[in-house]
Amino acid sequence: MSANFKNPVVRWIDHRLPIFTFMHHEANEYPTPKNLSYWWNFGSLAGFMLVVMMASGIFLAMQYTPHVDYAFDSVERIMRDVNYGWLLRYIHMNGASMFFIVVYIHMFRGLYFGSYKAPRELLWQIGVVILLLMMATAFMGYVLPWGQMSFWGATVITNLFSALPVVGESIVTLLWGGFSVDNPTLNRFFSLHYLLPFVLLGVVVLHVVALHRFGSNNPIGIDTKGPQDSIPFHPYYTVKDLFGLGVFMILFAYWVFYAPVTLGDPDNFIPANPLSTPQHIVPEWYFLPYYAILRSIPDKLMGVIAMFASILVLFVLPWLDRSPVRSGRYRPAFKWFFWMLVFDCAILTICGKNAPDWIWSPLSFSIGPDVGQAGVSIITMGQLATTYYFGYFLVILPLLSIFERALPVPLSISRPVLGAGGAHAAIAQRSPKPMEKL
Amino acid sequence: MADHAQSPSEQGTRRDFLFLTAASVTAFGAASAVWPFVSSMNPSKDVLALSSIEVDVGQVAEGQAITVKWRGKPVFIRHRTADEIALAVKDDAADMKDPQKDEVRAQKPKYLVMVGVCTHLGCVPLGQKDAEPKGEFGGWYCPCHGSQYDTSGRIRKGPAPINLEVPAYQYLSDTVVKIG
Repeated sequence: MSANFKNPVVRWIDHRLPIFTFMHHEANEYPTPKNLSYWWNFGSLAGFMLVVMMASGIFLAMQYTPHVDYAFDSVERIMRDVNYGWLLRYIHMNGASMFFIVVYIHMFRGLYFGSYKAPRELLWQIGVVILLLMMATAFMGYVLPWGQMSFWGATVITNLFSALPVVGESIVTLLWGGFSVDNPTLNRFFSLHYLLPFVLLGVVVLHVVALHRFGSNNPIGIDTKGPQDSIPFHPYYTVKDLFGLGVFMILFAYWVFYAPVTLGDPDNFIPANPLSTPQHIVPEWYFLPYYAILRSIPDKLMGVIAMFASILVLFVLPWLDRSPVRSGRYRPAFKWFFWMLVFDCAILTICGKNAPDWIWSPLSFSIGPDVGQAGVSIITMGQLATTYYFGYFLVILPLLSIFERALPVPLSISRPVLGAGGAHAAIAQRSPKPMEKL
Repeated sequence: MADHAQSPSEQGTRRDFLFLTAASVTAFGAASAVWPFVSSMNPSKDVLALSSIEVDVGQVAEGQAITVKWRGKPVFIRHRTADEIALAVKDDAADMKDPQKDEVRAQKPKYLVMVGVCTHLGCVPLGQKDAEPKGEFGGWYCPCHGSQYDTSGRIRKGPAPINLEVPAYQYLSDTVVKIG
């Protein structure tokens, strides 16, 4: 198993601590399906964003003061007085958005190509844990600048727990360390915001270990049948990931340098005021769908349950979709429902952004306060979209597993690449050849 | 050792006993060790020490309202007009989510003292100032999710589950109120 390293120092270390052998095995020769598309870039991009967030965050923490009287000013000091403080902060601020967009695409990729199906159920579930940790970390980080939206976001979200019967109030007091969101709350959020990314890193390691057990899924969704179906990770996918990273960083840099505050809320440039609630409390864009689900249910406790259930349902997804075909490419009906789910999440995002009593008018294609125009209220749209969201997982997928007739799946990964039925393909099928000859 | 061999499965052995006692002591010890950490997150003594304030409500003119800060939260004190009191009493029998008579909500009907925090998700309802919307029932309106409270601070419409909380308070004199 041990690779032949030329460098004597590396050899000396590797003999005592086989770290280089391990890295060579997992990141170099690691066999990867040869047909991965660019949708498979987003896992490594997510890993890159975690590192960016941790690095920029550690340097920001050196300048930040977690106290209600100084937090807002210390962030302004970072922006104005600290060398490149503005850059660190804008990287961290927009990095959160970039991290979420990358992870959401990564998840939709998994949903479409059935990456959650056996034997990768646990891999998928660990991913859901990562999402939950990310959400908690992002939420607590957003509170730290102590602007109006920080304060009121923290108030609304911590109050969600008061919906729990009996213990609700005590839990909220415990979370606050007082009788409202105040200095103790800010301090513990800072502490946990620093801690959780390291926990996240640990869970990411588990995610990668689980991934490497059976290897990546692929656009066709069938298992690799032998060495002819896979290529080593390095250099084939290191170079593909790097190219994707370059494209991604252009997009990231656009936000950081040209539109650094576009994704944020203007209210957060006003220092927190516990006596005055902003007109509309709106979370950052990556939480809008969950917020829409929360608001679309009139009962407080049920709303909170529905919001958490929207993520928890992903844990049981591998057992809701029983179709043996992984890839959406070969599932003619599933495809439509999947893209409707993507559209549905976009609708939920719009619903979360706008006031519940506003009206969406399809004729003028606009959203605004109710002045008697024809259209659908945001709350109704949110309710319909919430119904479809849960319907997709709890009704549509189980029914599709029974009634859908999947298209024939290729016999091997090589086949569709080489053209079905070709003589060459048939030969390749029978006698595996080294990659470069195909 | 003899009885150890006789019926180990039915009666349990000394070893089982030792195992169970050791395990329960360990579990108890672990829980005791966790407790201080959890407890440290609850409100500390200095936070608890600041938990009462005194307010002179005599300065509040009829029809006006003031907001004071208590335990980090706003407390609404409204000097209600005769009309507002009459409206609140008239609605005592109305259909409500959290029925409560006006007389139990205000020690002196003139002054309504309430925690100004919406019982839905903790926003501060509007309605303290003249220019702010007061909702359909003339009391308070929460801008976050549209809860509406009447002139007694009772929930009448919207997602909030219960009435605005009336804190523990007492009149130290005719016009001085101690909250908390």
